[in-house]
Amino acid sequence: MFRSAFRASTSLSLAVRRTAAASRPTALSPGLQLARRYLSNDVRQKIQQAVQSTPVVVFMKGTPELPQCGFSRAVVQVLDLHGVPTEKMKTFNVLEDSELRSSIKEFSDWPTVPQVYVNGEFVGGCDIILGMHQSGELETVLEKAEVIPKVEVDSAPQSSSS
Amino acid sequence: MAVDTVELETTLRTSIPISHLEIIDQSNGCGENYAILVVSDAFEGKNTLARHRFVNELLKKQIAQMHAFSQKTFTPKQYETWLERQNAS
Repeated sequence: MFRSAFRASTSLSLAVRRTAAASRPTALSPGLQLARRYLSNDVRQKIQQAVQSTPVVVFMKGTPELPQCGFSRAVVQVLDLHGVPTEKMKTFNVLEDSELRSSIKEFSDWPTVPQVYVNGEFVGGCDIILGMHQSGELETVLEKAEVIPKVEVDSAPQSSSS
Repeated sequence: MAVDTVELETTLRTSIPISHLEIIDQSNGCGENYAILVVSDAFEGKNTLARHRFVNELLKKQIAQMHAFSQKTFTPKQYETWLERQNAS
């Protein structure tokens, strides 16, 4: 109990420091680099190159054709729905690479997979991508990143009844 | 190993002011899949990514024991709008 309280308080100060940087989220904030020193530079560099290699990068379980997890499937489907062209998107299957599976969590400072990057910048996991899809924000981000062509503004579908 | 939801709740409640909290077990019994809905004033002025990072950090220990974790974060105002929309559809 004491330990958890202690952890909560230390992580809280970390989180507070980070939120300042997170208002404009970047893949690497200086605070993060310090906190995540155990991720080797070599691996970090590789992932950095990977997230910048193409406009949209998804770290997922399985492949777009054969997703191995419902969250990964949802993310791929949403991106597909927005018409993200295959040549502008790359996916990495973390189930095939256990090193990547653990290091990507540290790299992004994000505990779960899938993870979506747009133009080298971490956008979010499944919850965030779905939320942004519903609010219409995802379309804006993809348009701004010139991943998909701008279309005339039609009001985003708010309530697709389920 | 099942996640201690009491500890999860305590951690959240002692860290930020909570006006509404739901912890939903989606695991069908194995205790490793959770979705949480957090409504707090602490989220005011933060974007979704910052909010989620914040919660991830608070619940680091618990999330590490889970297989799947999903979250919704609202300010009280946003929660009201969300509820209305849920009821409308």
